[in-house]
Amino acid sequence: MEHYDQARYGPAGADTNEQLLSEKDQTSVDVDSPLPDDLTRDEVELPSLEEPELARHYVRLSQQNYGVDSGPYPLGSCTMKYNPRFTEDAAALPDAAVHPDRSVDSLQGTLELMADLQDYLGRIGGMDAVTLQPPAGAAGEFTGILLAEAYHEANGEGHRDEVVVPDAAHGTNFASAALGGYDVVEIPSGDDGRVDLDALEAALGENTAALMLTNPNTLGLFERDIETVAELVHDAGGLLYYDGANLNALLGRARPGDMGFDIMHFNVHKTFATPHGGGGPGAGPVGVTEELAEFLPDPHVRRVSRSDTGRASGVQSAPRAAADGEEGYELYTPERSVGKVHGFQGNWPVLVKAFAYIDRLGDDGLADASAKAVLNANYLAEQLDYDIPLGPFHHEFVASASDQDAADVAKRMLDYGVHPPTTKWPELVDEALMTEPTEVETKSGLDDLADAFNAVAGEDDETLASAPNRTTARRIDQTAAARNPRLSWHDLD
Amino acid sequence: MSGSPYAAPSEADTEAMLDAVGVDDVDELFDIPESVRFDGEFGIDAKSEQAALRETKRRLSKNDDLTEFLGRGHYEHYVPSLVDSVSQRSEFITSYTQYQPEVTQGFLQVLFEYQSLLVELTGLGVANCSMYDEATALAEAALLAKRVRAADGDRVLVPEYVRENYVSVLENYTGGSDVTVERYGTDDGNVDTDTLAEVMGDDVVMVYAENPTTLGTVEENLDAVGDLADDHDALFCLGSDPVAMSVLQRPVDVGADVVVGDASVLGMPTSYGTGLGVFATREEFLRQVPGRLVGASEDEAGTRAFTLTLQTREQHIRKERATSNICTNQAWVALRAGIHAAWLGADGLVDLANELVELPRDLAADLNEIRGVTAPVHDRHHVREFQARTEQPAPAVASDLESEGFAVHAVDDHTLQVCVTDANAHAADEFVAAVQEVIE
Repeated sequence: MEHYDQARYGPAGADTNEQLLSEKDQTSVDVDSPLPDDLTRDEVELPSLEEPELARHYVRLSQQNYGVDSGPYPLGSCTMKYNPRFTEDAAALPDAAVHPDRSVDSLQGTLELMADLQDYLGRIGGMDAVTLQPPAGAAGEFTGILLAEAYHEANGEGHRDEVVVPDAAHGTNFASAALGGYDVVEIPSGDDGRVDLDALEAALGENTAALMLTNPNTLGLFERDIETVAELVHDAGGLLYYDGANLNALLGRARPGDMGFDIMHFNVHKTFATPHGGGGPGAGPVGVTEELAEFLPDPHVRRVSRSDTGRASGVQSAPRAAADGEEGYELYTPERSVGKVHGFQGNWPVLVKAFAYIDRLGDDGLADASAKAVLNANYLAEQLDYDIPLGPFHHEFVASASDQDAADVAKRMLDYGVHPPTTKWPELVDEALMTEPTEVETKSGLDDLADAFNAVAGEDDETLASAPNRTTARRIDQTAAARNPRLSWHDLD
Repeated sequence: MSGSPYAAPSEADTEAMLDAVGVDDVDELFDIPESVRFDGEFGIDAKSEQAALRETKRRLSKNDDLTEFLGRGHYEHYVPSLVDSVSQRSEFITSYTQYQPEVTQGFLQVLFEYQSLLVELTGLGVANCSMYDEATALAEAALLAKRVRAADGDRVLVPEYVRENYVSVLENYTGGSDVTVERYGTDDGNVDTDTLAEVMGDDVVMVYAENPTTLGTVEENLDAVGDLADDHDALFCLGSDPVAMSVLQRPVDVGADVVVGDASVLGMPTSYGTGLGVFATREEFLRQVPGRLVGASEDEAGTRAFTLTLQTREQHIRKERATSNICTNQAWVALRAGIHAAWLGADGLVDLANELVELPRDLAADLNEIRGVTAPVHDRHHVREFQARTEQPAPAVASDLESEGFAVHAVDDHTLQVCVTDANAHAADEFVAAVQEVIE
């Protein structure tokens, strides 16, 4: 079977590459400015092309790029679901295009949407308060680390300098804890792919600040012992942090707050279908329990009525002078705020898209998205020839390419016109193929995807190693790229 | 409506799939202990697309319609229509990070071109393909400085005009690395080099300055700052933006080791502070750079091809020893900024930058004509914005201007800050008239 569609990737083979802008034109301009010469540069050299040429340049480049709208994208843990178009219109509303230093009085609409999104996220995660400021999931993790630190310090326990992270966790967990100055204590997973309670108990102690956990974990498995885990962490005086990367599996069926988590981040791309944009922008709102709310980043949005006498805002003006009983919104500094994690308020347009998505789907739609994501993963798994050692899994599973090289399997799948799964991670499974079809595939779409997996499963190593053959670029030499870094067109000649 | 409109399987599909998996109900696939199952409701009603869009619009339309003369780190320029049209192509916007470069050559080339733009403008050898915003880029620069400096040191010096917002981010990011952030003095909106020389020491890992500054002034002492940093083996980090850099002194020529800034001045409308963090540095620090880098290589057919490279610096491989925790970044904003820069070309960028020097000069002169207003406060050249002193309390003036339909910054009791660009210059005369009216 061959599903390759040339239109999907653009023309294949040599000599069809789109030239760099710099190869089309380089214009050197002598800088002539109203400023004195000693405050200016001499010249600037950049491509100068007319709009028709640019339109073709970027359209051709887009044709050499694979997105969710191009076909299946079962990239495990990255959750590539459909991005509803109307949310783009929501984010592009003229009233969304405002400056962050506008007065609170003049931005009641923006603040109302933020307050409502905070409220929605709180209900969905089972959390008491939510900040929208972190500009991505990893920034959310770092915010969580700052919150944990502030909490322990406020309790006279500033000596806690360790964060416990399971070996199968996302790399960002380790890096975010380290950025906060914490020592990372890595614990091995049990044979069943879940947290090993003995290992956890051994790792916890008087220096534990927090445990960072993903649930379902990166293998798609629900941490069944989550209540025991929470008890152990809390008994040791630590906090439980929820990495929200896989919350998209649980909507309406379980909430981190109910499981004993104290802090969590939401990945709005993975859970609420905001587009990933080829690497971002994202947004990583953070939810906390009531006792951590006073530490949240500055400023925070809250609903007020005229009778409220809110603390003075750090921003220009006081709450809108509403009529008696009328609601308004204000920005304020939480009492023991950790300060700022972004220069302004994070990636606002992304938050608008997330709000519109949640508001459209409602309770039923959100629960259905999770149900179909889990059903699709289970159905796809059922069709595969590859072994899946660990389960029962939810929205994603990790198959093993066993005696094939998982990276080669991925390259070969490209030849069948589908995006491959995440490979070689988590390392708990040999030659891992971490697969997450999401709720956006139909049954026949999943059947086609399974055909692609199974066709590759039956092929020999040589075929795999020489793949891909039908893509814009053939296999790219990674070693040469790293050994001889050429990172701009200035390095090319 | 029941269910998600974006969950593809039909009812018939669902039945067949449940059958194939061997369960009667999808609930059986959830391996969640009864004690932590959620059986409550969120209380969010599902809506049609039209109704959901209307609900978002209903909220946002409560914003007042003001003409903004606001800057201080977030700026608006006219964004050509090509930017929206091309960046909204779903092959771009619905794609992920380029983990499979063979099918993502298009985005990789776009990011390579964006990196090249910044290399040209800064004169530095390496630019990454984005940080979140200027504040986080500045913080990452301080961490890089701490890592690369041979001798121990723990002080980062920033000028007193830097926004408190940015300093707070910087302090949070460096708090885990035993770095302390100190402010140093300025003189008439520029670095006070004498004061800086006094506070410099061998325990300083990085000195930061801006051009243009947060106050809108063009910095005239960059060479001196570069030399002072050099004398003490500290890194010189310069904050700027791609439009200003097209005419101002080239960062590499004044000794900048790192350039940070916000490139969302290109390609983005005002967006409540959404940024595009610039991060460029010298080639010798390449392996300490945070974030993603796109490099050129060859494919098996010997054709040039692009790929994410030097990934062993990054969190997904190096974990707690990574150069940064950043994963998702601002790639799509970089795409938009790159299109905008290409649309302007070298001439267009220089023309725009020159316009941004003339507009605040002219507007300040007009405001200075008003009795009770002195503008600009600083006897310097400006880019985009300037400060104005008001005899009347500035917050009251700003508030009155808001009633007239204009937004400006009140930065202290008697100082306004006013930003004028190609995007709001058409309203400058009305703005001056409004200032006159509220003051006189």
